[in-house]
Amino acid sequence: MPPRTVSAPPDDRVLATGSPRSTVRRRQPARFGETGLGWLLLLPSVAVFALFVFWPLGRTLYLSVHGNDIFGASSVYVGAEHYRDMLSAEFGKVLATTALFTLFSVVPAILGALFVVLLLEARIRGVRVLRTAFALPFAFSVATASVIFAVIYNPAIGVANGLLGSLGFDRVNWLTDPSIALPAVSVATVWMNFGYNILVLSAGVAAISPEVVEAARLDGATGWQLASRITVPLLSPQLFFLVVVSTIHALQSFGQIHILTKGGPDQATTTLVYSIYEKAFAFGSSDFGAASAQAVVLLVIMLACTAVQFGILERRVHYR
Amino acid sequence: MKKFRLGQAVVYVVLGLAAIPVLFPVYYGFVGAVMGPGDLATYPPALVPSELHWQNVTDVFRSVPLGRFYANSAVQAGVITVAQIVTSILAAYAFAFLRLPAKAATFGLFLATLMVPWEAIIIPNYLAISGWGLARGGVTYLGLVLPFLASAFGTFLLRQAFLQFPSELRDAAVIDGCGHWRLLWRVIVPLSKPSIAAVGVYVFLSAWNQYFWPLILIRDTEYQTLQIGISQLNDAEAAQPGLVLAGVALSLLPTLAVVIFGQRYIVRGLTAGALR
Repeated sequence: MPPRTVSAPPDDRVLATGSPRSTVRRRQPARFGETGLGWLLLLPSVAVFALFVFWPLGRTLYLSVHGNDIFGASSVYVGAEHYRDMLSAEFGKVLATTALFTLFSVVPAILGALFVVLLLEARIRGVRVLRTAFALPFAFSVATASVIFAVIYNPAIGVANGLLGSLGFDRVNWLTDPSIALPAVSVATVWMNFGYNILVLSAGVAAISPEVVEAARLDGATGWQLASRITVPLLSPQLFFLVVVSTIHALQSFGQIHILTKGGPDQATTTLVYSIYEKAFAFGSSDFGAASAQAVVLLVIMLACTAVQFGILERRVHYR
Repeated sequence: MKKFRLGQAVVYVVLGLAAIPVLFPVYYGFVGAVMGPGDLATYPPALVPSELHWQNVTDVFRSVPLGRFYANSAVQAGVITVAQIVTSILAAYAFAFLRLPAKAATFGLFLATLMVPWEAIIIPNYLAISGWGLARGGVTYLGLVLPFLASAFGTFLLRQAFLQFPSELRDAAVIDGCGHWRLLWRVIVPLSKPSIAAVGVYVFLSAWNQYFWPLILIRDTEYQTLQIGISQLNDAEAAQPGLVLAGVALSLLPTLAVVIFGQRYIVRGLTAGALR
């Protein structure tokens, strides 16, 4: 049965502190009524964040400098040992795989969606239907999309090899060939992200004032000029937004790798998050110390991405 | 004029070509679900079913307890959605309408949670929740939802919506003896329904689609969620893609419905989703 109690039902104290008597007297600083009510309203969220975000954050740092026994129980302080262990070719490969996966999955999904959205701007009929069709992948979860791609990539009976076969090419081991697996997982990820990108860019196009476009048309701008000089510059906030959000999303990707390749073959698709999973949870491994150190690396990379979002790049974007 | 028509034709052709890779997995996910072994387990595989093999849809329930997975996901996503809406409304009201000491700092702390990737703090959360015994039996539901009962994204989006109301509204309501509680539930919440719906749609989709947390937490098949169930179905029945795709198609129905009927709310929450 659903745990009804967890949704923190409002209790009577809230009503009491919210009574008019405590709030009518304005301009008096530090009235307990309003402050008390405020903290009471914030309490459920603050409690959740404290317990399940901030405390675990500190705990991750703690675990990353401690050893653990084979059952995962935290043991002695080991200093930077787990961090030193990461200065290895193995972890270097994990970082390189993560970077490549991010590149392969972010760039094509944004450029492809931009291309489609610009084409939808050419005055044609059926734009609404087409836009909805192109946005459909948004409705698919990572798990459902990954399973569909697992069927398509099946080496013996999958459609991907069926197509190659009917064109006279040899079969490809999409998910078990070390040089093909990462691009194959990236293609599936591009597909998963495509719908969201279409929605964001379409919303951006819809916000462009028709007068600007009409003025450019009257001045004789062709379709290409219109796109490159007007639409794309005016879409730069959305494009920038997508670059940051997709990068963060790609760095966090897990489900498609777990379903399609389990990090293999030969570690070819072991990204940072997958590596954390393997160290901490896969095959009964409970190496929480080493996994936590990698989690700290993930955290630092994500914070850097956020810093880029708010700092350097944002100034170069054309805002209306 | 003739040149313009030609240009349009080219646009249609290019869009049509671009639509093939985007729509094919959608098509295959649903059509493959009613294809028989004669169409799927052969080489080269058929793209159009030779007959409608509806048996997949009933067989998949025999392979895995899909109905149970469905119910588990409904409870998990339902509780998370309702809880996040309630906690976000309460917090957003405090941030938008109440004078509080250290309000800006507290709000900053809320926003800071958005910068912490769940994957970076999943280990201590797992140790805590499983250590409290919430990974086995009926309390698994509690373990599934506990870390996700509040949302900085929802609070942020609703605060933005609440700030659209003139501050006179608050003062008038308070002076009329209405009180904060009634102002919130009788005036602010009813007038903010579209924003609340936007939060609801996003929270539901992300809760329903969760993968990492249920994967590592749940020990008993009875309490497995649909996403993990589909992945296990794929592992167990790889030789019968029709069965696997039937499970996929069935599991897609709720999110498809939410995306189609909640489309305008999705667009509303798009840019706010920047912060997720």
